[in-house]
Amino acid sequence: MTLLVTRRSGVTDGVGESPLRPDGIPKLKGEFTYAQDLTAEGMLWGATTRSPHPHARILSVDISPALAIGGVHAVLTSADVPGRPTFGLEHPDQPVLASDVVRFWGEPVAVVAAEDEDTARRAAAAVQVEYETLTPLTDPEEADRIDSVFRRMRVRRGDPKISGPVVVEGFYEVGMQDQAPLGTEAGLAVPDGHGGVDLYATSQFVHVDQEQIVASLGLRSDQVRSHPSGIGGAFGAREDVNLHIHLCLLALHTGQPVKMVYHRSESFTGHVHRHPARMWYRHHADREGRLLRVEARIILDGGAYASTTAAVLANACYFAVGPYRCDSVSVDGAGTRTNNPPCGAMRGFGAVQSCFAYETQMDRLAAALGMNPLDLRRRNALHTGDPMPTTGQLIETPLPTVEVIDSLAAIPLPDPSDDDPLPGGSGLTTEPRHVVRGVGYAVGIKNLGFSEGFDDYAQARVRMTPRGLVVETAAVEVGQGLVTVLAQIARSAFGVSTAEVRNVDTSRIDSAGSTSASRQTQVSGGATHAAATRLRDRILEHFDADDLDDEGVRSGDRIIATWDEVTATVWEETVTFRHPPTSPPDPDGQGVVHADFAVAAHRAVVDVDPELGLVRVVRVDTAQDVGKALNPESVRGQIEGGIVQGVGLAVMEELILDEGVIRNPNFTDYLLPTILDAPEVEALLVEQDGSWGPFGAKGVGEPPTISSTAAIAAAIRAATGKPINRVPVRPQDIAL
Amino acid sequence: MIITFELNGAPASARVMAPVSLLDVLRDQLGLPGSKNVCEQGECGSCSVILDDEVVCSCLVMAGDIEGSTVVTVEGLGEGLNPVQEALHRAGAVQCGFCTPGIVVTATDLFTKRPRPDDDEIKEALAGNICRCTGYGAIVRALRGLAEVER
Amino acid sequence: MKVHHPTTLDEALAAVEAGAVPLAGGTDLMVEVNFGHIRPDHVVGLRRIGELSSWEDRRIGAMVTWRTVETKGPKAYAEAARTVGSPQIRNAGTIGGNLGTASPAGDGHPFLAAVDAGVELVSRRGRRVLAWSDFFTGVKRTARQPEELITAVVLPERLPMRHAFGKVGVRNAMVIATVCAVVTRDEDGATTAAFGSVAPTPIRAPRAEEMISAEPKPTESALAEFQRLVSEEVQPITDHRSTEAYRRHAAGVLARRLLERCLR
Ligand SMILES: Cc1cc2nc3c(=O)[nH]c(=O)nc-3n(C[C@H](O)[C@H](O)[C@H](O)COP(=O)(O)OP(=O)(O)OC[C@H]3O[C@@H](n4cnc5c(N)ncnc54)[C@H](O)[C@@H]3O)c2cc1C
Ligand code: FES
Ligand code: FES
Repeated sequence: MTLLVTRRSGVTDGVGESPLRPDGIPKLKGEFTYAQDLTAEGMLWGATTRSPHPHARILSVDISPALAIGGVHAVLTSADVPGRPTFGLEHPDQPVLASDVVRFWGEPVAVVAAEDEDTARRAAAAVQVEYETLTPLTDPEEADRIDSVFRRMRVRRGDPKISGPVVVEGFYEVGMQDQAPLGTEAGLAVPDGHGGVDLYATSQFVHVDQEQIVASLGLRSDQVRSHPSGIGGAFGAREDVNLHIHLCLLALHTGQPVKMVYHRSESFTGHVHRHPARMWYRHHADREGRLLRVEARIILDGGAYASTTAAVLANACYFAVGPYRCDSVSVDGAGTRTNNPPCGAMRGFGAVQSCFAYETQMDRLAAALGMNPLDLRRRNALHTGDPMPTTGQLIETPLPTVEVIDSLAAIPLPDPSDDDPLPGGSGLTTEPRHVVRGVGYAVGIKNLGFSEGFDDYAQARVRMTPRGLVVETAAVEVGQGLVTVLAQIARSAFGVSTAEVRNVDTSRIDSAGSTSASRQTQVSGGATHAAATRLRDRILEHFDADDLDDEGVRSGDRIIATWDEVTATVWEETVTFRHPPTSPPDPDGQGVVHADFAVAAHRAVVDVDPELGLVRVVRVDTAQDVGKALNPESVRGQIEGGIVQGVGLAVMEELILDEGVIRNPNFTDYLLPTILDAPEVEALLVEQDGSWGPFGAKGVGEPPTISSTAAIAAAIRAATGKPINRVPVRPQDIAL
Repeated sequence: MIITFELNGAPASARVMAPVSLLDVLRDQLGLPGSKNVCEQGECGSCSVILDDEVVCSCLVMAGDIEGSTVVTVEGLGEGLNPVQEALHRAGAVQCGFCTPGIVVTATDLFTKRPRPDDDEIKEALAGNICRCTGYGAIVRALRGLAEVER
Repeated sequence: MKVHHPTTLDEALAAVEAGAVPLAGGTDLMVEVNFGHIRPDHVVGLRRIGELSSWEDRRIGAMVTWRTVETKGPKAYAEAARTVGSPQIRNAGTIGGNLGTASPAGDGHPFLAAVDAGVELVSRRGRRVLAWSDFFTGVKRTARQPEELITAVVLPERLPMRHAFGKVGVRNAMVIATVCAVVTRDEDGATTAAFGSVAPTPIRAPRAEEMISAEPKPTESALAEFQRLVSEEVQPITDHRSTEAYRRHAAGVLARRLLERCLR
């Protein structure tokens, strides 16, 4: 099954190998510079005044008590935003600073700059804002009823009158998960002395930040440069602007560099979250288990501002059936607007929520039919060449749904052992006699790259230098290993063993798009591959050579020019890569809306103490469609990391809201899995030719989070017999 | 007030005007940004340092109270990579790297005190170090491998 | 900002009397500082006072860390110690600090309550030992006077023959107790059961204790009754960590299991 990527002979650390990370040593020594670590001469510190109410009218803002504090250089409010007063990724509806109304708890109202962090925070707290509180709208179903929505989705395919002899129905809920990257939001803005500004801040997409900063500052595009910076994880939390415009405003206003770092609790309000979901499902099947019709209604709560709700909702709806054939589908979705914290991108982007629902439905269907759950999935599996059940789009790239299921099923299932840690961990709550083991499966599907006609492209520049290849890009490394894999792609495509990736700012290269949607290896990788290949071809042609290697260009056995000789002139190539075009859907949600797909299957083994409702996730095995694994070790890292985030959503991670207020914006109560909560993972990479990514690679970042949660929930259901129609599963959901 | 202590093998002093943490003093005053500020409440271990021979969260150490103490940070673990760092590097245990300094300090302390830890001891020692990226798999493989080499 | 670094108790008491805030391991205090809830500018560090770190028989100095309790404490106390935070927290956090904070969720408290331990308080005017039940007065409130330091935990002359600790939490490590408990059982059947996180202070379950103490060889139905009484007697609330109903249920289940462990 595993076909390794064809390696280019003579090249070391090319694709298919797992070279060590170039930034590994500085990170291990504590010498790597993150946005949090930046400093500049004469630097001020920024801080933010935030709304203590989820919904209120601002009656007055008095900045004088803040200004009166010694060391305070600026206190800015909405009146100080010179350009567009709002920002937003898809739709600029969010105020840079609230002026008349605040719409969520923690919304920024004023920003200050002061000589040190402590003074800045005290000044932010001293800004006097008089509010008239308004009733917050916090129930997404109520929002749906009164049509307070960012987007409605309607998917209609096939004959709506079909019904089946076997019908299962269910209601499902997913709580609000947070990306909780370890690095909080941070940045440094440095005025350039000519009215412009350089920003070094946490981001997944520097070009889109730059556009929004330019608009709100009312500057020319060339006056704002956004620089990729050292990032402590992202997972979707860094697609939207948060402190970026504030920092630039403060820097331009004071004429001094300004730095801001969010505290953890502020970070929980300062970035968007995974959309909580409520989903109603009805599956119809024939007695052999073939899906005849799927009906779904999906509400994702977008919170106060649009962010990417429209696209997340679309994804939840497009993947509402999962990787299964079905010719009669109707899905209605609503992305609601409420006074809850804004939600947007998080790893899996809508596909996670519906996967939990459709996979639970598939299990219930299997139970109703008396079928093995994997057989039911195999019977309905979506293949290359099939239409997508929702959009009708023909799947043209390889889609190994059956292969991932079969590979997963072939991973041996270890027997329970006395060494297995018990649920309850060091709390010593549980003895082996209290434990029931459960096994559950889930299969998930997601698109790769941006969809619905978005012009999704990336630019990369490859230059040959005496010291090897240099790849220039604005694609952001968030930890996933882009700096490693782009260099591998460049080496293999060009044919030498030395390559280095350099991040450059928005003024020096065109966009690489966002480090999200599992897309950079495919899209920036595609640009790197094309640029390196073209550069190689041009050099070979120029020197009339027939090959090149680490020493130089060759004709037969003979080096005809060394790299020192070749690079006496500049050899570089800049390429903008676009994936196959997509288009917006028609009113029934039909069309070629996606560029590529990936599937993965997960099998979870859990030990449950049903009486106390405590769960220990023992292992999660997986088989994942990766196209071609360009760096197997880093694919494994993505899989293991993604699965543990799936464990988090399954059993512990949830932002608890009380009338729009987050009750647990800290790491004491927003629980992240520790090393003692992490399951054993065995991962099989299913490789197939034919995707448009470089060397046939597909994005691998998101599939691990999509079905792992559903598989764990299924395993808990198997162990306890409880319905488990909500994640995270809480002890009381099992024990009471 | 001025406090004096030993930092990474050399005498150090800091001016402490408020009840700030050792982490803040290291990062903002002493030019040692390797220890990371993630949660400021002891829940992530990213700020781990060795204080008087025990690993603690530097975010919870009041700087004014370390007079006369010995502090070792990630920057003080010596030239090049120590065996723990080397093992983590080779195993691909670093992604974003924000947790890494804390994990390096904690694991280095573990291997100093117990050169051949078993899996349970490794996990127990690292239970206070959150990593959001790796899912811990590569970290465990790295340290398990190092323990085996030591055996 | 003034931080004292005394090496004797007397110096520390003088500082406390002058208004200095006691600082032990800092694992509670510094969270409050970092989150801007308090901003003490006069502090006395207790780390250097040898007599506070000493452990003599049944008198455990306030500066003894959880790391030490974990390795040399009586069984249930050691079990409790092992669940406190993470290794980093246990290296710094002390039993005195746990009492100073008096969080309803403090994992050290149920053991002290179950064995009827005392808390020793010293000021420049004298020394007193309060029963645990007199020491805890409310959520994060104690009978300690501002000029007093907690100097030790005083265990009874004899510990019950069997005792066991358990803690229910959602994560396998580093978690605040949803419920924690210690059950003790002596040779004569005398049983105590103490709980954390189910009331403003640590509490005992007297009716359940009385009922089960009278059972020399508890039957299945006696155990069930014990569990039921515990669930009835605890006084939990619903908050963002759990619900009242679950805490009642879990307290009962946990107590019964700990008793079973003691009976084995
Ligand atoms: C990440 C994390 C996890 C935690 N997990 C747990 C847990 O699982 N279980 C648990 O019970 N606790 C937990 N805690 C809380 C804390 O670690 C413990 O309560 C610890 O025992 C506090 O001790 P300390 O020495 O650090 O106290 P400090 O923080 O130094 O002091 C706490 C309070 O007591 C006062 N004080 C300290 N010593 C004295 C004294 N001798 N006399 C008078 N007053 C004094 C201080 O002024 C302060 O008000 C956790 C804390 C953190 C940060
Ligand atoms: S920053 Fe200190 S433990 Fe998280
Ligand atoms: S590598 Fe990112 S948090 Fe550990």
